Amino acid sequence: MADTDNVLAARRPPWRFDAPQLALTTIRIGPGLMLVAVVIAAASLSPVFLTPRNIGNVLSQSAVIAVLALAQLLVIITRGIDLSVGSTLALSAVVGALVFSSTPSGPLVVLAMLATGALVGAVNGTVFVWGRLPHPFIVTLATLSIARGLALWLSGGQPLQGMPQIVRDIGGGSLGWFPYSGFLVAGLALLGLLLTTRLVWGRWIYAVGGNPDGARRAAVPVNRVVISVYVLSGLAAGIGAVITSGRLNGGSPTFGELAELDTIAAVVIGGASFLGGRGTIANALVGALMIGVIRNGMNLLNVDAFLQPIVIGAVIVLAVELDVVRGRVEQRLRVMKAAQT
Amino acid sequence: MNHPTPPALAVTGATKRFGAVLALDGVDLAVHHGEVLALLGDNGAGKSTLIGCLSGVHKLDGGAIHMDGEPVEITSPTTARAHGIETVYQDLALFDNLDPAANFYAGREVAGPRWLPRGLRYMRRGAMAGVTAEVLSRLQVGIPDTRASVGLMSGGQRQAIAVARAATFASRVVILDEPTAALGVRESRRVLELIRRLRDEGRAIIVISHAMDHVIEMADRAMIMRRGRKVGEVIPHADNRERIVSLIVGGDG
Repeated sequence: MADTDNVLAARRPPWRFDAPQLALTTIRIGPGLMLVAVVIAAASLSPVFLTPRNIGNVLSQSAVIAVLALAQLLVIITRGIDLSVGSTLALSAVVGALVFSSTPSGPLVVLAMLATGALVGAVNGTVFVWGRLPHPFIVTLATLSIARGLALWLSGGQPLQGMPQIVRDIGGGSLGWFPYSGFLVAGLALLGLLLTTRLVWGRWIYAVGGNPDGARRAAVPVNRVVISVYVLSGLAAGIGAVITSGRLNGGSPTFGELAELDTIAAVVIGGASFLGGRGTIANALVGALMIGVIRNGMNLLNVDAFLQPIVIGAVIVLAVELDVVRGRVEQRLRVMKAAQT
Repeated sequence: MNHPTPPALAVTGATKRFGAVLALDGVDLAVHHGEVLALLGDNGAGKSTLIGCLSGVHKLDGGAIHMDGEPVEITSPTTARAHGIETVYQDLALFDNLDPAANFYAGREVAGPRWLPRGLRYMRRGAMAGVTAEVLSRLQVGIPDTRASVGLMSGGQRQAIAVARAATFASRVVILDEPTAALGVRESRRVLELIRRLRDEGRAIIVISHAMDHVIEMADRAMIMRRGRKVGEVIPHADNRERIVSLIVGGDG
């Protein structure tokens, strides 16, 4: 079986101590290590942090960012960005509240919120692709404004009270100390993992992000792939609306302000690249949790609320710097490997 | 050379116009299985347009294409592929963020079940990695770690991966655009060996190249184009190098 041996040898090189490779692996799981460090720091500084009740808090506070970040990751992998998620969330919540004011049907309210989100996403994707815009920044910036304006107009600028029981459960209910929204995030993350690593569509989003022209020449349906990530991002905003309006028992046009920046921060902290083609579901989740843990930890320690954005900003810079170092190590590794052959 | 069988690919009277510019003016081309045809010409001679018409990037305005004697129409990259023509572009069209197997199968992933829309099918990653490793080892492409992303590999390895990818799916014709232009001496040598192996496996190969030494070394036949026309056909040899060059630049130039 010499042939099989050859194939296997080609696939897996004999293990040896390899300092740059080790450094690369460490940097790649860097976001996870950073999260562990932050959790250990928070736990040692505050006795309350690791109590089940507080962990439940962290999870339910991070749930919305996490859901939005999972979808933002897909967008960023394709070299895009979706600035409209916060506004779309507000619009979805207001539409949901309006639907609830005319029908008590819980499923219908949920459906209205999800459909509103997906519709905004479809507009983003379609205008970007068929309008041949140079970058999705502009179209999603426009949608950010339009969706927020629609939410304010439809609601008369006022929070609308009341949500059906099913929505209140999803947003505020829990099994023991574990919030239902935590289960929802876990389920969506598993779905995202399946999509990005096992299904053809997932391979396509990485291909589109890595080399859009190459993807087109390889007969990947680039336009449909790009539109689909914006639809999913909008859908995620709809899910975020269900969680938020359930927790607060109503829909308000002020929901989700600056949420887009939190989600982008989470994705970037998770090591995804704005140049596209890079980023994982697990690390996006880690990024969302990191933001949640830092905020919660600082609250527990009575850190001045005004200091929190500064700390988050510093973490973003640190994470991006880590990504730069990763690029350098990869470059060195490439030179070394080329020299070996 | 006498060929009892029809050529793998034959183009007759190829014409292509871009606005007022006649990019191809009745060009004939034929390449047989197990043959390397070099396509030579200065910039703007029409080589890239001709290649584009064969790989489906452009569509011919006039002329006919036959493959193994059968008339075919090439209207898109997909139809070119369906006819067993694969092209290695000068920029390689690789996905630096993906591993060799993902690069090989981008846009034609092995996945199922068939009743699902293509994008929602579950990939058979083991099968794809297996074929990729098998092809890379058969063509003796030296890749230290076939799970590493292609962006981490050297220029020669990347070129070899692009060529091997084309070879995997090209049942009949491989088109190579400047395969050695960006490579050093040793890496060029490896790619030339790779091209020879593909030829020996019975594929028809069309190579665009400006490197006359490489043309003389690898090509069985060279066809020279100038201003959208075919101006000559020679068997490249160190002795007729001067003649080839003068055909390329033109007697009057």
